[in-house]
Amino acid sequence: MVKESSKTKQSKSAASSKKRRKVVAIDVFKAWCKGCGICVAFCPQEVLAQDEQGQAYPKKLEACIACMQCELRCPDFAITILTEERLNPAAGGVSHG
Amino acid sequence: MPEYTRLIYNYLRHDKKFPHVWCPGCGNGILLGSLIRAIHQTGLTKDEIVLVSGIGCCGRLPVYVDFNTLHTTHGRALTFATGIKLANPSLKVITIMGDGDSMAIGGNHFIHAARRNIDVTAIILNNSIYGMTGGQYSPTTPYGMRASTAVYNSIEQAFQISELAVTAGASFVGRQTVYNARLLDGLIEKAILKKGFSVVEVVTHCHTQYGRQNKMGSAVDMLKWQRDNAVPVEKAAKMSPEALEGKIITGILVDKELPVYEEEYNKVRAKAKGLS
Repeated sequence: MVKESSKTKQSKSAASSKKRRKVVAIDVFKAWCKGCGICVAFCPQEVLAQDEQGQAYPKKLEACIACMQCELRCPDFAITILTEERLNPAAGGVSHG
Repeated sequence: MPEYTRLIYNYLRHDKKFPHVWCPGCGNGILLGSLIRAIHQTGLTKDEIVLVSGIGCCGRLPVYVDFNTLHTTHGRALTFATGIKLANPSLKVITIMGDGDSMAIGGNHFIHAARRNIDVTAIILNNSIYGMTGGQYSPTTPYGMRASTAVYNSIEQAFQISELAVTAGASFVGRQTVYNARLLDGLIEKAILKKGFSVVEVVTHCHTQYGRQNKMGSAVDMLKWQRDNAVPVEKAAKMSPEALEGKIITGILVDKELPVYEEEYNKVRAKAKGLS
């Protein structure tokens, strides 16, 4: 991948539910985020918020249920939900080049 | 586990300037993501896909993706696509057009491509206005709405793209909003796999021009408007015409089998050579 990522990594999710996918971090690629607010408006758990420049950041990371609605609708492909299984392919996730 | 953003990165041309040229919150970006996911689902390789676009905001779309791409003249995306398909029928040809591109400047090409039933997928972004050139009214601007060349209101009736495609004889016609991005993925996938002329009308928003002039708010407000006004075709069949006023009927409107142009053409060639 050519682009470099500015991770807004936060402390590990405190989500306790077993069924829930564990979200480790929400990566907002700041260089591509135009601050349209679509991800913030359509997040069912109100995880995301906009900073003073309008760009998205995870405000309540622990509430994220990894529904991927933000990834699905981001017009600029700037947001990635990083779950444990994605980061750790051995645990059944998919590896990324 | 669905892969969206990481999957899309595999299909982008990273030597192009990103973030893309469209306004913040533009539906074109959502459609681009949807199109990439749909193509990925079909299992076709990058080399098998040809993306053809005309002029307009969405004309910029093929530039960003790593398929065989062609950025053509205004309204002529379907004519170039016809040529490509007949020259090499093994390619999957997809055209990306706007409402002005397909309905006004390329209106005749559109209806005749549908009538001919050539195996091309036409994706039409309907934002009800000419966004790139300054917000002039287009053939799909609804009656009574404002545009920069209709400062009081539009006095013309709008084209219904999908209904027009059905009447013109396309073998697959579907309509979906960019708000329902996941449903849009499935619809585009079906359209690509369909043999024959397939039309996907993508109802999108232009908050910069159409939204601002008609006081419809931001991109988020316009997406909410899509969410609140989209009616699935199955539900719409049970509703009265009055209740459907101003609603967006989504889903597959037509899916039928018709003789495909290239196959018929090959039969004629064989006959002319005395082979059959």
